[in-house]
Amino acid sequence: MSDLRTIKITVLRYRPEEEDAPTEQTYDVEFRDDWVVLDALNHIKDHIDGTLSFRWSCRMGVCGSCGMMVNGEPKLTCAAMLRDYYPNEVRVEPLVNFPIVRDLVIDMTDFMDKLKAVKPWIIREEEKPVSEGEYLQTPDQLKDYKQFSQCINCMLCYAACPVYGLEHDFVGPAAIALGHRYNLDSRDEGNQQRQHVIASKEGIWECTYVGECSVVCPKHVDPAEAIQQTKVATTTNRFKSLVMPWGNKK
Amino acid sequence: MNIPKHDVLLIGGGGAGLRAAIAASETYRGADIGVVSKVYPMRSHTVSAEGGTAAVMREDDNLDLHAYDTIKGSDFLGDQDVVEAFVKEAIDEVIQLEHWGCPWSRDEDGRVSVRAFGGMSVKRTLYAADKTGFHMLHALFQTSLKYDAITRYDEWFVTSLLVEDGRVCGVTALNIRSGNIHAIGAKSVIICTGGAGKIFPFTTNAAIKNGDGMALAYRIGCPLKDLEFVQYHPTGLPGTGILMTEASRGEGGHLVNSQGERYLSEYVPGKMELGPRDILSRSFIHEQRQGNVFEGPDGSYVHLDLRHLGEKVIDEKLPFVRELTRNYVGIDPVHEPIPVRPVVHYCMGGVHTDINGATPISGLYAAGEAACVSLNGANRLGSNSLTECLVFGARAGQVAAQHAADTDFADSASMAKMAQDEQKRIETQFFGNNGKERVANIRDDLRKTMEEGAGIFRTEDALKTTCDTIRTLKERYENIGIDDHSRVFNTDLVNALELGYMLDVAEGLAHSALLRRESRGSHARSDYEERDDENFLKHSLAYQTDGDPRIDYLPVTLTRWEPEERTY
Repeated sequence: MSDLRTIKITVLRYRPEEEDAPTEQTYDVEFRDDWVVLDALNHIKDHIDGTLSFRWSCRMGVCGSCGMMVNGEPKLTCAAMLRDYYPNEVRVEPLVNFPIVRDLVIDMTDFMDKLKAVKPWIIREEEKPVSEGEYLQTPDQLKDYKQFSQCINCMLCYAACPVYGLEHDFVGPAAIALGHRYNLDSRDEGNQQRQHVIASKEGIWECTYVGECSVVCPKHVDPAEAIQQTKVATTTNRFKSLVMPWGNKK
Repeated sequence: MNIPKHDVLLIGGGGAGLRAAIAASETYRGADIGVVSKVYPMRSHTVSAEGGTAAVMREDDNLDLHAYDTIKGSDFLGDQDVVEAFVKEAIDEVIQLEHWGCPWSRDEDGRVSVRAFGGMSVKRTLYAADKTGFHMLHALFQTSLKYDAITRYDEWFVTSLLVEDGRVCGVTALNIRSGNIHAIGAKSVIICTGGAGKIFPFTTNAAIKNGDGMALAYRIGCPLKDLEFVQYHPTGLPGTGILMTEASRGEGGHLVNSQGERYLSEYVPGKMELGPRDILSRSFIHEQRQGNVFEGPDGSYVHLDLRHLGEKVIDEKLPFVRELTRNYVGIDPVHEPIPVRPVVHYCMGGVHTDINGATPISGLYAAGEAACVSLNGANRLGSNSLTECLVFGARAGQVAAQHAADTDFADSASMAKMAQDEQKRIETQFFGNNGKERVANIRDDLRKTMEEGAGIFRTEDALKTTCDTIRTLKERYENIGIDDHSRVFNTDLVNALELGYMLDVAEGLAHSALLRRESRGSHARSDYEERDDENFLKHSLAYQTDGDPRIDYLPVTLTRWEPEERTY
């Protein structure tokens, strides 16, 4: 290819068996015009330094593996074109607000626990047998929750969230949005069961509505909106329950 | 000696693996299920499937029609009893997934929508816009979280199957995070690790699809069936191989050559853009030979033209196509045609199983793309594979759980000893020697020879060369050296182990292709251009030996459909 240019990639390194604190390392990478940051990392790993560790898989922005900080912003590295940074150098670091396991790999067990805590599955008092066919759901009912179902669990919103950075008990944008997704689904009856997590102090009330989560989401999910909608609904329900304390089952 | 043990252990947590895990846990109360996956389950490659999942849902459709389409699509190499079970159980499976929250696209009356797909004679492909696999995987994964019987081993990488007295009794797995090798005992093990598209240079497949599970089975004497059948998807983006879903043609998109012609009228006049993938991919090569294609920095391409569909349809039905083309090629399909070319997409072959997902080895099962239950034969129809994950994932899960109920665990001490031996083997092979061969170089050479010998068109000479090259690459692999000798999250080591799997699958594939001296479905031999039912209406079975693989054959199960000429 004739259009090769060289870009400097500085990567945060952390090898817990060898060093107590992270360091950084710079590589010169010749790149093609259509290369993304992830391609540069793979080029480094394959041909320059096999010790660099990072997660990736689909390289088409849907598996959610390759989120990292690129020049200080949370990005899917498979969707960040190098040409947009050139001739400046690119700094790649692990997503902030998470413990680092190794190099660009973060520990995401906290999110996995929080995801489970919001019960992200259909809850019904009575399950309809499969033999009776599908639940009907109109396109409008689908639209109510569709955008919140687009979350790929990439963790960019947690890296962008100033509250999560300070307060790790915060359930956080993606998990709240996914709990909300099921609350809004016409097939679901589990709102009440999710409330003690979502509407708790560590849930929506922790959020100060900075809205960075929605800005960085690569799938245009709007977790801030999910949180806002839940705050309104929860408040309404609380006032309703003052009037009719026994009639607020769902 | 305490080691973790599960009644049923899944290797792989994608569509088939999670469906199998849930089915196993529902088969009998108290069944204890483990899911080992080298990535977090929601990263599995099911996530990238776009177009949809097939099942008979409407009044204008029936089971026999779906069965016939699938059998004809398979070029009569699909086992017809398997196909009949598949079309029947597909309906309940997609409804079950609806009950589990999958956000299927809907008609105005609230029923799930269906769309047209290649090789299907009526609309029977359910979809969730053009992110069907993503939504199915997340619905399955999120649903799986409510089953307390399921224990996950996220980011654990299986390095071998444990065998005692001729039966599989567990696995050894590398905990990627700690770097330690552990034994996990199991009464039944189900392989759901997906295909091996990454043994080719240009593929829609994710980085993780290296044939791991196929090779694990192959190494303990389990045959790999019909490996020579590799599907090229006709519409991938040049360079990256990113998939442009078949739904873009199902919704009415056109394929146009450099002369501005919808060239498929020459090849599949009755189906045009909705012809089956094998024929469409070959049509591209014919057009290329005639000089009717565009040339770009990433080779030849044709145009996928969606402009006449309009912005509204594209945004509603194909939003991911628009997102991907804008991000990766800077093209908006509302205003410009998309450059596309054929790209490796799917392995019809895999671990040999019966209709229930059981392999010939006691205690070992397989489902999904990793398996070859003989649904897809020589060519899979688009939108049958997601359904296959559900139907045969569920079957394998149930049968594996039943087997577990009547079986005991193997002795813990001997399994722990096997894990220690495995740790030593890996340390010696990858850390102990000062090998000079880099993983990436052997991998690149493998991919190159696979494309040259086992690509869309194949010949005896080219395949022989590929078989010889693979043998040389396996010798070079013995001299491999990796940069990273640390333990914590050593992806260099994981890549090296994966390369070993890739070489094994490639070997089986190339030798199976060499001996199939006919053209059928995706396997097109320039030197044997006709289908030869007399000699080759049979499945190939590749067995690993100390030298070249041994290839045996197995008859195809025919029930009601006699093989006929396959024209569209």
